[in-house]
Amino acid sequence: MKRTAGFYGRLLFVLLVCAFMLVPVLMSLLAGLTRNYFQGVVASGLTLGWLLQVWAAYADTVWLSLRLAVACAVGVVMIGVPAAYALVRMNNRFSRAFEELMVLPVAMPGLASALALLLTYGQYGAFRGSWLFILVGHVIFTLPFLVRPVMAVMQRQHLPVLEEAAASLGAGPLQRFFTVVVPNSRAGILAGVLMVVTLSLGEFNLTWMLHTPMTKTLPVGLADSYASARLEVASAYTVIFLLLIVPLLIALQAINHHLARGDRP
Amino acid sequence: MTALGQPNLALARRRWRLPAPATFALVPALAVLTAFWILPLLQLIALGTQHRDGPSSAYWQVLSSAQYLGSLAQTCTLAVVVTAAALLIGAVVGCFLARQRFWGRSALVALLTFPLAFPGVVVGFLVILLGGRQGLAASVGLSVFGQRWVFAYSLIGLFIGYLYFSIPRVILTVMAACETLDRSLEEAARSLGARPWRVVLDVIVPGLAPALVSCGAICFATAMGAFGTAFTLGTQLNVTPVAIYNTFTNYANFAMAAALSVVLGAITWAALLLARRLIRQTGATL
Repeated sequence: MKRTAGFYGRLLFVLLVCAFMLVPVLMSLLAGLTRNYFQGVVASGLTLGWLLQVWAAYADTVWLSLRLAVACAVGVVMIGVPAAYALVRMNNRFSRAFEELMVLPVAMPGLASALALLLTYGQYGAFRGSWLFILVGHVIFTLPFLVRPVMAVMQRQHLPVLEEAAASLGAGPLQRFFTVVVPNSRAGILAGVLMVVTLSLGEFNLTWMLHTPMTKTLPVGLADSYASARLEVASAYTVIFLLLIVPLLIALQAINHHLARGDRP
Repeated sequence: MTALGQPNLALARRRWRLPAPATFALVPALAVLTAFWILPLLQLIALGTQHRDGPSSAYWQVLSSAQYLGSLAQTCTLAVVVTAAALLIGAVVGCFLARQRFWGRSALVALLTFPLAFPGVVVGFLVILLGGRQGLAASVGLSVFGQRWVFAYSLIGLFIGYLYFSIPRVILTVMAACETLDRSLEEAARSLGARPWRVVLDVIVPGLAPALVSCGAICFATAMGAFGTAFTLGTQLNVTPVAIYNTFTNYANFAMAAALSVVLGAITWAALLLARRLIRQTGATL
């Protein structure tokens, strides 16, 4: 195909937008590895010292975030997959109202949701102080991100037909759910779980209100370091966060690509 | 008669047999949402009707105070401007990436969509790296023009931050929508002698309109509620999420914070509803 001037003009624009997305990330990477950012890389040299210092100071926030993300994914799968199945099967006014209700926490500003949780359950000290309080917020916020792809896959797999076949062979509701419904929607579940883990790892708007000094997650620690630590430390901390989240995003893109082609894994 | 009656009976029985367990499957999610979303939300709405200082409810105080109204107006304006800019940039980039095939395209797509999952705090820090006191713009400005360009801690910084996490969303949506466009319409327009920009305005933009409207609504909602970016860039910015945070933590005025949250949520929700109605209308006319 012959490339016109218009093609190169637009390519240049796309590359500029890409630079806008990429340059700050690379700067953060560089700053996290530079011995003294204000003197510059050339003058002061590279070091892994900041990364080690951040790890020593903030490792517990990383572990808490990972624990939260895994617990959130498990919880959301446990309530979300049955819910997606119910919504696909029911498909009536009630199920559509439920879908609206489920998406509302995503539309509402996270700060407002957190405030609502805090004002309702904040007086239960043990619950307020534990990481389960943050978990509840994350589950509410990430639920639609699992239910949506699972519903999409369920609708595409002609689930009612398969299920009817199983029912005609004598399978009960529970047996049908675990041997027909769940295996056939595993691509959607996988995509949803990856999304939920990614969102939970990065959630800040809710978490900042729900956390206590004993339950600091990675993004909360990041906000702390941005407010008080020197630029190299903040950058190194950001690099650790990116190292966690970028592999997840790559996996997410791969699975979504897969789903878009309509293949079964 | 029996031939007609029997399938109906079978249908009725099936309707009874299958949906009942399916409805039970909704119970855990419904329980969790009721306990941790509906009840807290009702509590929040109810709390906003209380009053601490002054005779009127907190809602009325929000709606009659120039300070809070100004903050809401500023937040809305910023969200609208960010949405418009992100739609424009994202549509051009998304169309280009969906239509053209060239070396390195999929890598570009991957790089452009990563920031979608960056939390607001991280985006705020990236803006500081770009436009902060020691940022890229400051050093470039210093070496070329002899003065530091610092814009991170103002509304411009906030705008750039919001743009940063809105563009990837628009690109993804536009790329998906571009795949479904009927290219023969464009060829027909071109063969009838339409100039390239007329094809864009009369064929491509209307075709993308539903996707652009729904994505724009989500961008608007995200920009309205984004707290992390503003928090990182500095809490003296007068946007509503920061105002809510300050009212809650610094002044412990729970009723006012609740009322502000409800008003902010209502505006966001109204925007999403409006977008959905618009899409339904265009869907009917197309």
